[in-house]
Amino acid sequence: MESSSSTSSSSTRRTTSTEITSTSLMAIQNSFDSVYSRYAREALDELPGNFTITDPSIPGHPIIFASQGFLKMTGYDRDEVVGRGGAMFQGDRTSRRSLMEVREAVRNDRSCQVSLLNYRKDGTPFWMLFHVSPVFGRDGGRVVHFVAVQVPLEGRRLRRRRSIGCRRGSGDDGGSGDYVLGCCRKEVCNDNSLEVELVSSMDHGLDHDTKELDSDKPCEATDDEKRSVMVAMDNIFSVLTHYSESTGRLVCRKRCSIPDMGLLSTSLIISLGRIKQSFVLTNPHLPDMPIVYASDAFLNLTGYARDEVLGRNCRFLGGPDTDDSTLYLIRESIKNEQPCTVRILNYRKDRSSFWNLLHISPVRDASGKVAYYVGVQIEDECKNEDRQGLSPEKRQLSVVGVVKVAVRSLSMHAGSSKS
Amino acid sequence: MLRIKRVPTVVSNYQKEEGGEATRPVGGCGRNCLKSCCIQEAKLPLYAFKRLQKAKGKDLALQECGEPPVAFLDSLILGEWEERMQRGLFRYDVTACETKVIPGEYGFIAQLNEGRHLKKRPTEFRVDKVLQPFDQNKFNFTKVGQEELLFQFESSDDGEVQFFPNAPIDVDNSPSLVAINVSPIEYGHVLLIPRIFECLPQRIDHESFLLALHMAAEAGNPYFRLGYNSLGAFATINHLHFQAYYLAAPFPIEKAPTKKIAKSNAGVKISELLKYPVRGLVFEGGDTLEDLANIVSDACICLQNNNIPYNVLIADCGKQVFLLPQCYAEKQALGEVDAELLDTQVNPAVWEISGHMVLKRKKDYEEASEANAWRLLAEVSLSEARFEEVNALIFEAIASFELEVKAETSEEEVNAAKSKARPAKAMVAGTQECLVLQ
Repeated sequence: MESSSSTSSSSTRRTTSTEITSTSLMAIQNSFDSVYSRYAREALDELPGNFTITDPSIPGHPIIFASQGFLKMTGYDRDEVVGRGGAMFQGDRTSRRSLMEVREAVRNDRSCQVSLLNYRKDGTPFWMLFHVSPVFGRDGGRVVHFVAVQVPLEGRRLRRRRSIGCRRGSGDDGGSGDYVLGCCRKEVCNDNSLEVELVSSMDHGLDHDTKELDSDKPCEATDDEKRSVMVAMDNIFSVLTHYSESTGRLVCRKRCSIPDMGLLSTSLIISLGRIKQSFVLTNPHLPDMPIVYASDAFLNLTGYARDEVLGRNCRFLGGPDTDDSTLYLIRESIKNEQPCTVRILNYRKDRSSFWNLLHISPVRDASGKVAYYVGVQIEDECKNEDRQGLSPEKRQLSVVGVVKVAVRSLSMHAGSSKS
Repeated sequence: MLRIKRVPTVVSNYQKEEGGEATRPVGGCGRNCLKSCCIQEAKLPLYAFKRLQKAKGKDLALQECGEPPVAFLDSLILGEWEERMQRGLFRYDVTACETKVIPGEYGFIAQLNEGRHLKKRPTEFRVDKVLQPFDQNKFNFTKVGQEELLFQFESSDDGEVQFFPNAPIDVDNSPSLVAINVSPIEYGHVLLIPRIFECLPQRIDHESFLLALHMAAEAGNPYFRLGYNSLGAFATINHLHFQAYYLAAPFPIEKAPTKKIAKSNAGVKISELLKYPVRGLVFEGGDTLEDLANIVSDACICLQNNNIPYNVLIADCGKQVFLLPQCYAEKQALGEVDAELLDTQVNPAVWEISGHMVLKRKKDYEEASEANAWRLLAEVSLSEARFEEVNALIFEAIASFELEVKAETSEEEVNAAKSKARPAKAMVAGTQECLVLQ
C-alpha cells in the first residue's frame, strides 16, 4: 500500500520493524479489532489470495493486516510487515507514475488499479496487478481503512528479458542466469552481466535498444487476472462487512452517507498524522469553534482520550487560575485572523496544571479564506533547550507550516469534480 | 540583440528598482548585510547532508541508521519560513492567494496572484544570450539582508547528517545558502544559492547541480521540487540560483507519459515527454545521485554552450529531472507571440512549464482551462524539427562524456571505491571491466 506522502514513506523506511513501539502496535491491533473483531483475522486467513489492509488515520498509513498469501508472495514474516508502510516493497524500478496514481487515489478516497513492480524480501522484483479500495464507515461516511489486493503477473516479462540476456550476453550460460537479477539490483550483479551492459554501452555510448531492460514498462494484466482481483475484493469485503456487524462499527464498500461537515478528509488526517508534536485544529465555522483534530502528542500532554476532546471548544483546558487577560488576547487575535503566542496555565484531565507556551495561527484553505486555527502547545517546563536541534519556538512554527501546506493543497480540488 | 520587456520579480526586499531605491532602506551599516562589516558576527543554522547517498529508495533503507537531528523539510525549511512569515518579510501572504486544480485530464494548477507584480515597472531583459558575465553592479544575492537567509547547506564531512543551529558564516569556505523568495508562488518558496560569495553567473555546473539534487533528496518529499531557469528562459537575476517550493499535488508534467529513448551505462534512463505541450527530456535513476547529476549537468552545459535557453525541474526527491529547452522569450522578442497570450503577462518559466500557472488577472484565473494552459505552453516548446536537432546535440555531449570519463578517471574511481563501503564493489568491477575493454 502506498502511503500518502514521501515524508511519511521515508520515515517509514527509517523505522525498522524492531523499532515499532509497543504503543503503536497496540494502535494497529486496535484499529483492526475495534472494527471487525479479532475473529475476522481467522476468517481472512482462510481466504486465498494476496492482500493487505491499511489504516490511513495512523501516522505512516501502516499495514494492519497482511494475508498468508501476501506474506508468502513477498517472503516476509507477518511481524516484519504489520505496522509498516507500503514503501518497503518498492524499489529502483517501481514506476513513480504508478505510485503517484495510487497516492492520488488514496488522497481522494478512491479505488485504483495499476500494474506495479514490487520487490520481495530477498530483493527480487516481480510484477503484480495492484488494486486498492477504500473501506467506508457506514455512519459518518469516512474512510476507515484501505484494502489492497495484489495478483502477481507471473514472470512473463522477466522470462522474456532472460532470453534477451542470453542473446546479448557472451553466450556463457552461467552468467545469463543471473542477468535477470543483475539488471534489477546492481549489488547482486556478477561481472558477466556487467560486461553485457558495458559492451553495449561501448558500442554507442548509450543503449538505444528500447526493448531491453524494460522492467519499468508496465506489464499488462489479462482479463482473467483482472477478474481474480475483483473476486478477491468481493470475498474480503464480505468478511469485513460481516464482522463489522459484530462490533457495531458497520463498514461498506460504497460511501453510504455524506461525511459530516466537521469531519476532516482522510488525506488531511494522513498528512496531519505525520506531525509528532502536540497540536489541535479547530474549526471557526462551526458553532463554538470545536476541536476537529487532536494529535497523539496533545492527548499524551493533556491526558484526555481523542473522543473526549473532538467536538469540544479548547476552553476545557483552562481552570481556576487561568488568566482571563490571556484568554482575551487569544480571542482578539482570532477575531482579527492574526497569529499569537501566549503563556497560559492549562489543566490536564487529572486537574494537574502546566504552563503552556501556546502558539495559535489561522490556517487558510485553497480559496485563501481562514478554514481552521491551529494551536500548538509546548509544555514550558519541558522546554529544555536541545542544542543540537531547532529551538522549540521554531519547531512550533514548523507545525504551523506543515498544517498550512496540508490544508491548502488538499482543498485545491474542492468545487471541481475529483477526477 | 533580442530584448523583451517584463516586470521583474522581486525576490528580495533589498532589490532596487532600476535607478530607484530598494524597497527597504539600506545604508550605513547595522542592517545585518552579507558584507565584511556584518558577516563576521553573523550566525546562521548549518545543515550538512550525507554525501554517499544512493539515488534509489530501496537502497536507502540499508544505509539509514538513526533519526536525523532535524527533519530537513518539515522542521527546518518550514519552521524557518513560517518564522520569516510571522516577521512580515514577505510581500504578501501566499496562502491567501486563491488556487485550484483546473478540471481536465492533466490537472493543471492555477493560482491567482495579484500581488506579485505590483509596484514594479517593466524592465528590459536581453533574451538572446544564455551565458552572460556576472555583473557586480546589478542586484545579486550578496546584497540581501541576513534576515532573508534561512540556513547554510553543505555536504557533511563525516558521512552523517549534521545540524548546527548557530554556525558562523565562513566566507572563505564558499558556503551555499538557502534564502526566502519574498514574492513566493507557494508556501516554502526558497532560493538555493550555491557558493554565494563566488558570485557565479546563472549557469549550471556539475557541483551546483549535484547540490540541488541533494537538496531535493534531503527534503525526501516528492511535492518539494527544485527548479532552474536559464537566462533567456525567464531567469531575472544573473546570480546562480535554484528555486524550490512545497506544493502537495502532482504537477501535470509529472503525469505525462514518456517514451524511453536511451540508457546510460551508469543506469540513467533518458526518456522523451509524450502528450505534453512542451517537448522535453526526462532523466531518471542512475546508481548514485552523482550519476544522474553528471548526465543532466552535461546536457545543460551543452544547451547553454549552444546558447539554447532551457528550464529544469527536479522532481521525485531528486530521482527525476525534466529538461526543457524553450523559445518563448525569443518568439516574444521577435513579435511572434499572440497578443492575447502576452496580455496575460504570464512568464512561462519552469513552474508554468511544469503545469503550475501563476495568473495575475482575476479574469484569466476564472477562465483558466486546460485548453488555455495548453495553448500557452505550446508556444514555449521547440518545434519538432528543432527539438530533434537539440536532442542530437545533447546526446553527442552525453555520449562522449561517458566514454571520456571512463577512460580518464577510472583509476581514481577504483582508488576512491577501495576506501568506500561495500556497495561500491560492483562499480569497481565495472570500471575494471571497462579498462580491459579499452
